[in-house]
Amino acid sequence: MSFILFIEQLLNGLQFGVMLFLMAAGLTLVFGVMGLINLAHGSLYMVGAFAAAATATATGSFLLALIASLVFAAFAGVLIEVLVIRRLYARDHLDQVLATFALILIFSEGTRWLFGSFPLFLDKPDWLSGTVNLPFGIIYSRYRLAMILAGLAVAAGLFWMIARTRIGIRIRAGENDREMIAALGVNISLLHTFVFALGAALAGFAGALIGAIQSVQVGMGEPVLILAFVVIVIGGIGSIKGAFIGALLVGLTDTLGRFLLPWLFQFVMSPSSANAVGASLSSMSIYLLMAGVLLFRPKGLFGSQ
Amino acid sequence: MSKETLLNAALLALLALFPLGAWLADEPFLITLTTRAVIFAIAGVGLNFALGLGGLVSLGHAAFFGLGGYVMGVLAYHAQTYTSLLSWPIELSGTTAMPIIWLFAVALSALLALGIGALSLRTSGVYFIMITLAFAQMLYYFTISWPAYGGEDGLSIYVRNKFIGLNTMDPIQFYLICYGLMLLVLALVWTFSRSAFGLALGAARQNEERVLALGQRPYRLYLTAFAISGAITGLAGALFADLNRFVSPTMFSWQTSGEIMIFVILGGVGRVFGPVAGAALFILLEYSLGGLSDYWHVYLGAILLGVVLFARGGIYGLLTGREVAHD
Repeated sequence: MSFILFIEQLLNGLQFGVMLFLMAAGLTLVFGVMGLINLAHGSLYMVGAFAAAATATATGSFLLALIASLVFAAFAGVLIEVLVIRRLYARDHLDQVLATFALILIFSEGTRWLFGSFPLFLDKPDWLSGTVNLPFGIIYSRYRLAMILAGLAVAAGLFWMIARTRIGIRIRAGENDREMIAALGVNISLLHTFVFALGAALAGFAGALIGAIQSVQVGMGEPVLILAFVVIVIGGIGSIKGAFIGALLVGLTDTLGRFLLPWLFQFVMSPSSANAVGASLSSMSIYLLMAGVLLFRPKGLFGSQ
Repeated sequence: MSKETLLNAALLALLALFPLGAWLADEPFLITLTTRAVIFAIAGVGLNFALGLGGLVSLGHAAFFGLGGYVMGVLAYHAQTYTSLLSWPIELSGTTAMPIIWLFAVALSALLALGIGALSLRTSGVYFIMITLAFAQMLYYFTISWPAYGGEDGLSIYVRNKFIGLNTMDPIQFYLICYGLMLLVLALVWTFSRSAFGLALGAARQNEERVLALGQRPYRLYLTAFAISGAITGLAGALFADLNRFVSPTMFSWQTSGEIMIFVILGGVGRVFGPVAGAALFILLEYSLGGLSDYWHVYLGAILLGVVLFARGGIYGLLTGREVAHD
């Protein structure tokens, strides 16, 4: 195992983590402000990916595809918030789980009906394909590097918005006391729709970015959604900072686990069984990480204790 | 007799008579369909024990359903290929005897539920939902990447396992086994929910502090309930695998967890017989809407949404006129 290969996997882990953060940020914001657990967040990710793939096919422009992913995912978010989700804020978590599970069924089958069961493909643009030379002789995919940078930029923008702008102040106030800021004259239902749409747009953006390196298909959102759940359980529900740290931890653990565990087991067993055991263990690594965090901090790393 | 008791009796009678009618009319497919409903009902009754009685919203019951399925698959696979399951520290071989398989499925699911429960019950509310979901997903990926028992492709068993004195390959005889087990599980859950333990558990759901003040530890009550709940769902998993003579990682998938929860909700949370009605309705919907359109999940989603938003008590709530079972 060479040093350069290790750095490359480290970057892959970072890229995965940054994308997970885009998913987890929306989930944790929605939970923090509205107290809602949204299983349909993965569907919004899928909507973003399909919107991007369809737009790229129609126009040939990757930038337009990214914009479409943001717009369509935000629009889908507003639509379900107004029609369904806002009736659930006052309900218990069981009702929220079921209603958003129902939304997954509707979104998935609706997408299958519109686009068919075969996966779509979203191509990387020419200006982002190929590789890029980094210091120390590391050669890395240009597109994945762009994903890391785009994700970090969005994360920075989100932190800035929440810490410095008026809407951010309202979001934080909403997390602390919903009734009070409504009494102070803030249109709380508009704020809720905005937060939901923001989370949806972030998920859709992640879907579009990942759609270019994986296939775009129905059901692509839920595995990512469950990983995002693991992220916010580790980070602490409601905490954006926790979501960021948790996302990076999960991304790195998963990628490095897949890479390092089979290699480590080679020292104690034959290569073929080392691969089998390594692969099975690494598929469980992030859940074991979650279990470990739960043992010591049941409310997550940055959750309010 | 209350409306609920009447409904329970009608449901049991229907599930007994319908397959007999299908048997007389020589419609084995309808018998198999009802068998599915009864097995799903057992899985739902299991979840309902934790969800309805204990208020534990577990979105990870596929873990137990899948484990039960794999217990059946692995034991039968070793018996049918005459290979030993374990050679160290003790010699263990597989088996094709259903009762032994059930015993293992129940015991191992209970153990798994104790493990998952011990960790997830350190938290509550929305954390609990996400963590149970995550643990089930962990097992899903584990079975996919573990190559010994078919990995992603699953494991086929060519002959259904054996039960003394019955021909299990005959649909109606296998149905009777499942129906009998469902009655047993229902009786068990009925007894549990009226025992001192069940009452304490219900009390813990409603007010943890008071239960604590009365000297009962809610954590212990919840954990016991979760283990019993997992064990019952594991039994259903073993039966389901035997019905299909096939196990695959799909049994561990998050959709399975969601469907088990749908059985509970459609029937009515917290009613002992609720999941039986819910599973029957689910199979009915799948059969009738599935024939109508390839995209029947859209309708299922719409119906589920309607039930959650407007008819919270499910079938039992609608027919007995009370929204919530207790509280």
